[in-house]
Amino acid sequence: MICLDDVSLHVGAFRLEGIHLLIPSGEYGVLMGKTGAGKTSLLEAIIGFKSTTAGSITLSGRDVTRENPALRGIGYLPQDGALFSTMTVEENLAFALRVRKVEKKRIVARVKDLAELMGIGHLLSRRTHGLSGGERQRVALGRALAFEPSILCLDEPLSALDAETREQILQLLVTIHKMKGVTTLHVTHDLGEAATLADRLFRLVDGKVEMLDTA
Amino acid sequence: MSEWSGSKRGIERYETRASRITLANRVFIVSFMLIGLTYLMLIFGMLMADVLYVFEQSLGKARNSSHFWASLISANPIAVSLRDPKIQYSIWLSMISCTLAAIGSVAFAVPLGYVLSRIPFRGRNLVDAFLDIPIVLPPLIVGLSLLILFQFAPFKWAARSIVYQVPAVILAQWAVSCAYAVRTMKMTFDQINPRCEQVAISLGCTRFQAFAWVTFPEAKLGLLTAFTLAWARSLGEFGPLLIFAGATRMKTEVLSTSVFLEMNVGNIEGAVAVSLLMIFTSIVVLMITRWASNRTADEKASV
Repeated sequence: MICLDDVSLHVGAFRLEGIHLLIPSGEYGVLMGKTGAGKTSLLEAIIGFKSTTAGSITLSGRDVTRENPALRGIGYLPQDGALFSTMTVEENLAFALRVRKVEKKRIVARVKDLAELMGIGHLLSRRTHGLSGGERQRVALGRALAFEPSILCLDEPLSALDAETREQILQLLVTIHKMKGVTTLHVTHDLGEAATLADRLFRLVDGKVEMLDTA
Repeated sequence: MSEWSGSKRGIERYETRASRITLANRVFIVSFMLIGLTYLMLIFGMLMADVLYVFEQSLGKARNSSHFWASLISANPIAVSLRDPKIQYSIWLSMISCTLAAIGSVAFAVPLGYVLSRIPFRGRNLVDAFLDIPIVLPPLIVGLSLLILFQFAPFKWAARSIVYQVPAVILAQWAVSCAYAVRTMKMTFDQINPRCEQVAISLGCTRFQAFAWVTFPEAKLGLLTAFTLAWARSLGEFGPLLIFAGATRMKTEVLSTSVFLEMNVGNIEGAVAVSLLMIFTSIVVLMITRWASNRTADEKASV
């Protein structure tokens, strides 16, 4: 569950005030809004990169408002994937597990499963330089899911992709959500994306979040 | 013909104008290239003058000798300088002091460059500008300021073992070269996507782990550039050394002070020979720096 209760945040001259947002466990929430509306800032506040000035953020029943982002247990997929370029695809996928000092044998098995799920088994030994946009997002999504987070935050994951790749990744997101049932907040400005994915649809307008009808 | 095509005379005038534009463009490009070429010729001329001078001297000595080739090899100013124990000491001290100054520079430049690039705080721009002071300050002033600094506690307690001693050479070189290394490291961290570090933190890393495992490995070519720049800057340092470390033969003499000392005793050949050694070293450093910069650019382009 993702619950924002009366959250406010200031980023320079930019302000979001009294934000309320609720995504129940296992549901897929999509947050829409124009460019510059503050979608990414709100997402970063949930992940913990930006501090809030008021209100509380509750994730899976735990108040994380003042908690370090490393402890929030959120799988995060930024727009550009932000892959670790000095590592191979395999090392990228294993990163969160290495941080958690998981046994090597279990890491290998988990990475294999993830690679199969994401359709990137043939890329494991490759460096991230030269991967296509779609491949990069698959690796980044796999990396975010590696430690089985209870929350997934996706920041415009499809916006830099061509139409065909976009459709493939969109279907991958649908499949993964059905399989894993991770509570997800997906930020986008694309209505088609929102219509395909959203259990709950929100719109950020003039610093306020409105809930829209998904029917 | 559209209504905007104009009359026949208009088209002729346009064609004349088109050829004029082509000519004007060519004149513009050629004149800019010529201006640039003038400066390039000056650099090339300076380097070649040193080489020709040494070659002329070598040839002159070889002609007067009964063994032409042996004399050309063994009696040329570079070989003579390399055999001189004072120059040997100067080369040795230069290598050691420049390397230590460069290591010291990157050791400070990495954290400082990172803080300036990544951590927002009040007065960051002021600190950033402050770091340019060693770059823009006249070199003699840097040396004098170091000398004065060591008049005050706690520095004065160590003054006897530092000022006019070998540590002063390293300290003076480091004081200036560190500023160049900080600039380079800040630029390097600026070019690395901060999002990667954020992702690493969201995956469970502390800030230090995110830096050590994600950002620092990406900065390795920038680190090499910072090290080589600091090394080259240290090698060329002269003013601060003269004031703070002195120019004592076989004690605080490095290659730049050797050139000065050889000139002072009227040994122009020796001075030019040492200069050529420094030029060669600088070119090697420049090549390493360019290679590292190009590789960084290639890696960025392929992402």
